[in-house]
This record gives sequence, structure tokens and C-alpha cells, in this order.
Amino acid sequence: MPTAPAPSAVILPAPDASAPAWLAALRAQGAAEARALPMPRLGDEAWRFSDTRSLSLDGFAAAPEPAQADIDALVARSAALVADPAGLAVFVDGHCVLRPVLAPDLAARGVVFETLADAVRHHPALLQSHLLRHPAALGGAKFLALHKAWLGAGTVLRVPKGVRVGRPFVAVHWGLAEGAAVFPHTLVVAEESSGAAVADFFLGAHPGTRTLSISAADVHAGPNASVDRLSVQDWGAAAQSFQVDTTTGGRDARITSVNASLGSRRARLENVVRIEGAGADVRLYGISVSDGEQEFDQRTLQIHQAGSATSDLLFKNALLGKSRTIFSGLIKVAPDAQKTDAYQTNRNLLLSPDAEANSLPGLEIEANDVKCSHGATTGQIDPAELFYLRARGIPLESAQELLAFGFLEEIVGKVADEGLASTLRERLQAKFRR
Amino acid sequence: MATSDETIEQLATREYKYGFETILETDTFPPGLNEDVVRALSAKKEEPEWLLEFRLKSFRAWQRMTEPAWHNLQIQPIDYQALSYYSAPKPKKQLASLDEVDPEVLRTFEKLGIPLEEQKLLANVAVDAVFDSVSVATTFREKLAELGIIFCSFSEAVREHPELVKQYLGSVVPYTDNFYATLNSAVFSDGSFVYIPKGLRCPMELSTYFRINEATTGQFERTLIIADEGAEVTYMEGCTAPKFETATLHSAVVELVALKGAKIQYITVQNWSNNVFNLVTKRGLAEEDAEVRWIDCNIGSRLTMKYPGVILKGRRARGEVLSIALASDGQHQDTGAKMIHAADDTTSNIIAKSISVGEGRSTYRGQVHIPRALRNCRNNTECDALLINANSRTDTYPAITVRGQRNSVQHEASVSKVSAEQIFYMRQRGLSEGEAMSLAVNGFVNDLVKEFPMEYSVELKRLIELEMEGSVG
Repeated sequence: MPTAPAPSAVILPAPDASAPAWLAALRAQGAAEARALPMPRLGDEAWRFSDTRSLSLDGFAAAPEPAQADIDALVARSAALVADPAGLAVFVDGHCVLRPVLAPDLAARGVVFETLADAVRHHPALLQSHLLRHPAALGGAKFLALHKAWLGAGTVLRVPKGVRVGRPFVAVHWGLAEGAAVFPHTLVVAEESSGAAVADFFLGAHPGTRTLSISAADVHAGPNASVDRLSVQDWGAAAQSFQVDTTTGGRDARITSVNASLGSRRARLENVVRIEGAGADVRLYGISVSDGEQEFDQRTLQIHQAGSATSDLLFKNALLGKSRTIFSGLIKVAPDAQKTDAYQTNRNLLLSPDAEANSLPGLEIEANDVKCSHGATTGQIDPAELFYLRARGIPLESAQELLAFGFLEEIVGKVADEGLASTLRERLQAKFRR
Repeated sequence: MATSDETIEQLATREYKYGFETILETDTFPPGLNEDVVRALSAKKEEPEWLLEFRLKSFRAWQRMTEPAWHNLQIQPIDYQALSYYSAPKPKKQLASLDEVDPEVLRTFEKLGIPLEEQKLLANVAVDAVFDSVSVATTFREKLAELGIIFCSFSEAVREHPELVKQYLGSVVPYTDNFYATLNSAVFSDGSFVYIPKGLRCPMELSTYFRINEATTGQFERTLIIADEGAEVTYMEGCTAPKFETATLHSAVVELVALKGAKIQYITVQNWSNNVFNLVTKRGLAEEDAEVRWIDCNIGSRLTMKYPGVILKGRRARGEVLSIALASDGQHQDTGAKMIHAADDTTSNIIAKSISVGEGRSTYRGQVHIPRALRNCRNNTECDALLINANSRTDTYPAITVRGQRNSVQHEASVSKVSAEQIFYMRQRGLSEGEAMSLAVNGFVNDLVKEFPMEYSVELKRLIELEMEGSVG
């Protein structure tokens, strides 16, 4: 693990002599890019509506290893999130505190679920061909470079050809120490006709923990493979979170990705969906409940390089307090990606007069035989629905809460694994009661 | 030894080749833009001091601005020093008869069904005196003056009604608004000025067409329309006939002021020739209970960037943009709308339809803004794009911000093509593929075309047919 705090606009690790040459080169490239790239500024189109002035990496540094008592408590809380996962990895402030153990039958069929550090030793070829292959296309280049420079924590999942695993592979990242900087990575390689479910939880150990998280996920679904991914961002209230994710679908691949945003002072999610094979079907969902002064910044790009594929996006935000959300989505259809079906919908529910919802739903279409549409709505709870519940004796606050849950339930229902869905549901409800 | 620093210093402080006096003497200013040019332009037009000041402060602001780069366009940068900013209005060469007109132009006129006398007027063929003196334009103008309506060129308004111009110029589009509007504020040539007195409903649709024989408006058109309390007016700009232009940059600013309870409807049919860069700022201000409607149709030009906007300043104000864009080979129609809600109970509606033919590219760009502390604001946005050929392109970039209470916004966009079934159905009934295609396209824009005045909508339909010719196959 590279360590060395550096309290400046660019926090960079000290070189790690034990890393293999290719990883050292990747980190060095990230460090060089991170130094060269400016922080996002007011007026950057990719950061439109974001509060760029308050962006700062000052005061965050790599944290020391946690105490054993904290580890035990957090491992126990992690295990409670999902009953009977196919594999569970737990990290605290970027340190692995629980290495995943695979059931023998899965290991026998060639499934790999390891920490990134272990995979560097065991599966260098897999990592070199799949790790961080794409540049950040949505404005997060500086953050992706930092992530590369610090690359170390995280998990690697490979599901071999034809193997389908029903139970989810789970990674839980905890933020414990004040001012800890973490850089979690998730690599998923689902080979031809395989199937897997993965979940990443990013959680604050205490409600107010201040963490800087710059995470990245590479999800690759090969031909006819199916991948269900859930990411739940629920860092402590003072955290800053940046997620730069890439989802790649091959021919006839089926991918469902649900991204929940609950915690952090400010959280930015970038997700680029690349459809590289004909017939792929990618569903990208977002769900958030924001309150106080939170800013949730969601940027998505659906790139259709191959024809006859479908991508569907639905992001739903419920806004409380003085919070702000930004949804910026773009569908790009390449000139020869004919017979594309691409949809994009953003729905914002304003539950407070001081909340602000921004939508930037965009389309760039260069093929003509396509079905593409986008829609964005922002509104309040329907007074008629509220009246109906109140007429039946339900207090105003509960009625509002019920209707908001109803609004969000559509997304929760997209999480295929029942256990994960109910964990998500509990966290959403807890957010309302905070 | 002369250092390179000195050379740079010399270049930077070098005198502009043409002094103020020299510039003033010429009929057409030498290319280039500096304060002397702005002063000379103002002097040529015999403008009052306050207007010169307005131009100068705009010019100084413009010098500090940079050209926007967010538009994702593929165009060569424009060299603003290579343009000439004033040309004395010259009478166009009068032609003796229609025989002298370019047959291609005549063919277009014929297809559009423009009456013979009107054809002559458009092609600058001498119209017989009888026709001119009793022409609708002349008669209408007399009638308007009787009612107290001011309808004249912008320069005339500066001379005759300075108090009105001074009060409202730059009140809707501030001189620092954007790069192109600021340039326009510094060097605007001419345009229209309209004032409708309190409570009066303008008895006819005003049109630039009435002013067609007057001096040309130039590249930097400036139009200001004021509807006083409770007044109503419809203004039409341009015409469906193709407008052949030699100047390649056109940067107009149009300001509409609708005072309490007033209604302004501004209709544009833009059909510049294919070499024109049309970078326009159009904005209306709607006070309490007022309504501003932009009906906008873009067919011509190489590139159009135009986002008509409405600032909904008073309670219950209403804004609307209806827009049709047709982008053919080599064209980019970058159009859209802006709705800035600034009072309670305001509503706005945007309906934009675009058609991309061949390698044409159409873009919708929009902004809807509802700030904190507002209640009961509504916006509806619909944008639909139709792609005709495999290499046609369309983009949509809306930006929506909503805060406050009981506000609601909905935005919808779709992209489609004419379905093979539709074409097959029509071909079965004996239509050629081209006819079937143009019928389908006309169907796509039909509900918007209906919003144009009758004679326009008929011509528009024909124009779309014309543009669609040969686009299939």
C-alpha cells in the first residue's frame, strides 16, 4: 500500500517499490496527470451548475490502519448488510480488513473474487487488459488521475465463461478516521454468457465522518453476459465523494446498474456506458435523497457504438432542505449504430422550497434509424395524493414520506437481489428520519 | 539591438492605419474594428452623444470578452478585423424586367407561388409607379401613423423618438449580455423600431416587408419593439423567399418589451443563403400579465445560432417559443429557447421541431430557470427531431433549474425518422417516394406551421416540399 500524506490541492502517494512495473507505471502516469490537470473551475461545461468554488482536497490524507476493536465492529456491521453473499470484502479507510473467501464450488469453477492487491499478484494479465482502459469522458479526469496514482484498495471479480452466480459479491468500504482519503476500485469482468451480481457500499462509520473518496469502477460484460451492479454511496455527512465509473457491454450483454446517493456533503457520480456489441441491453438507474446543504452531481453518458442495442436510464432524486441535485445525461449514437433504442429520464421531487434541481438531458444522434427520447420533470408531491392520505388520518409528515418512498420505490425494485434491495430500502428510509 | 519585446511593443501601440477622419470620408469603411471605427460609424449616422457612449462602452466591454467555445461547432473562427463595419446605403441595381433575374431565383418564386408584382419587388425589379403608390405598404403606413403607432427604422427612431430609444435600448439584452450581442451593441447598423400606445391593438400584422424599399438593415440588425400597457402587436420578420447575401456574418439583436398586460408576437422566417453565419440574440421582457411569443422558422444560412428568450418579470406573465428548423446538406441549425422565470404564477411553453436532411445538423439548446422564492411557475418543453438520411445528425442540450414552491417543469424530447411503413402506404396510393417523404415531413411540422399567418404557412409548406426534393434515394 502506498502511503504518505500530502496536504495540498494534489495529494500524491510516495512511490511503492514493491509494485510490479506495469502498476508502478500506471500510478506514475496518474500522478503526472493529476499534477498537470487543473481543478475544475467555474465555467467548465462538464461542471455546469456544480459548486466548483468549494472543491478542495485540502486537509485529506491517507489514514493509518484502524484499531482492532473498530475493525471487529465494522466487519460485523458489514456482514449484517447482506445475508449469505457469494463473497464479502471489507475495507476501512482504504485498508483491507476482511479478505473475501470464496465458496469452494465457485473457486473450482474458476471464479475470482479477490482484493485488488491480491489480484495484482495472482492475475496481472487480467488487470492489465481491463483496468482503467478508458479516459474520464465527463469532466472527472483530474479525479481519475488521482485514483490511478493511489490505486490499491478495492476488489476484482472475474466470472468465467458460462458460469452464473446468483448470490451477490459484496465490497464494503468504510470511512472511519477524520480526513481519510480513500481510492476504492471495483473491477468486474463477466466473460461470455456468464452472470453475476455485485454490490459496493461506501459508508461512513459515524454519521459525521469526513472522508475524501475518489473511487472508480470498471464493469465489463462480455457477449451474452449479465451483470447486476449496485453502488450505495452513504459516506459521513462531511465527506466528499467522486465516483468515476465505466460500464462496457458486449454483444447481447445485459447490464443493470443501480446507483444510490445518500451521504457526503458533496458527491459526484460519473458513469459512462459504452455499448460495444450489437443487441446489448443496458439499464442505468440512479436514486438519491438529499438534505441539508448536500450537493449530488450526477453525470452520465450512454455511447452507442454498435447498433440494435438498447440503453435505458432513469434517475430519480428526492430533495429536502437546501440541497441541490444536478443530473446531466447525454446519449450519443454513432453514425452506424442504426436500430438503437436509447432513453433517458430524470425525475426530481422537490420536498422543500429551498431545494434546487438541475437537469441537463442531452442527445447527440448521428444515425437516423433510431428511437431516442429523453424526458425530465421536476415537481412537488401531488396535492390530491396528499389529500387522499390525510383524509384517511395519516399525518402530513408521514403522508409526505410515504409518497416520497413510493416515488423512489420504482428504482429500488430494479435491484434484483431481494436482500440488497431491502438493505437499500432501509437506508433510504433512515435518511428521511435523520 | 532591437529585441523581440520592442517589436511586440511597436506592434501593440501601432496606430490604426486609418484615422477617424479618413474613415469618415469613405463610403465603405476599410476592414477593421477599433474605437475610431465605432466613433466614425456613429458620426456617419449623425447619432446623439448618448448613443455614441452606448456604442463605446459596448465596444470596450466586447474587447474584454472572448468568443464562446461551448457550442461544439465545426466552423472556422471569424476574423472580426477582416470585416467592414459600415457601408453607405447604396440603391440596388434596378432591373428593367423579370427577364434579367436569375432563372434559379424565379423558379423558386414560382414554386412558392409568390404573386408577380411581389416577385418584382423581391428581385428588385422596377415596380410600376401605380403599383407602388397604392401598394399595401404605403396605405398601411398612413393608417398606422393616424393611430399613434410608431413604426420606422431604428435610425429614424433615434432621431424622432430619442426618449423611447434611450429608455429601452439594452433594457432586455444588456450591452454586456454575450459576445455577439455586445459586438452588435457597438456596431449595430439598422433595424426596425415599433411602439404601440397604451391599450391599442395593432390593426394589422407589421412586417419588415413594408419597409422593403428602404435602406437595407445591414449585417448588425437592431430591432426594438415596445408594446405599452395592454397593447397588442404581431411582427413578422423576413420572408420565405430566399435572401441572397454577400456578407457572411449577421449578428442581430432583437429586444421586445411587453408592458403590463401587453402581447407581442414575433414571427421570423429565416431563409438566408447558404454562406451566412447567423448569430442572433433575441429576447423579450414580459411584465405583469403580459405575453411574449416567438414563432421562429429557420431554413436558410450556413449556421444559425438563435435562442429566443423570454424574461417573465411580472406575475402571471406568459412566454412561448415555437420553433421549426430545417437543416439541409452543409447547414447547422443551432436553435432553441430560454425561459427565465422571475415572478410567481408565470408560465412558459417551448415546442421545437427540427428536421435534418442529408448531412444537415440540427441542435436544440434550451434553458429554463425557476429561482428560489417563486411559486406556481410552470414550464412545458417538447422538442422533436426528425432525421431523414442515414448521415443526418441531431443534438439536444436542454438545461433546467427548478427551485421554489409548487413549481413544475416537464421536458420531453424524441428523435425519429419517417417510418418505412408510412412511405410504403403512400407509395401504394400512387405517390412518388419524394412526394411521400415531403408529405410525411409536412405532417411532422404541421401543428407548428399552423401557428404562422396563413400566407406564410402556405409558403412554408411549399418551401419544405422544395427542400425535400431529391433528398430521398
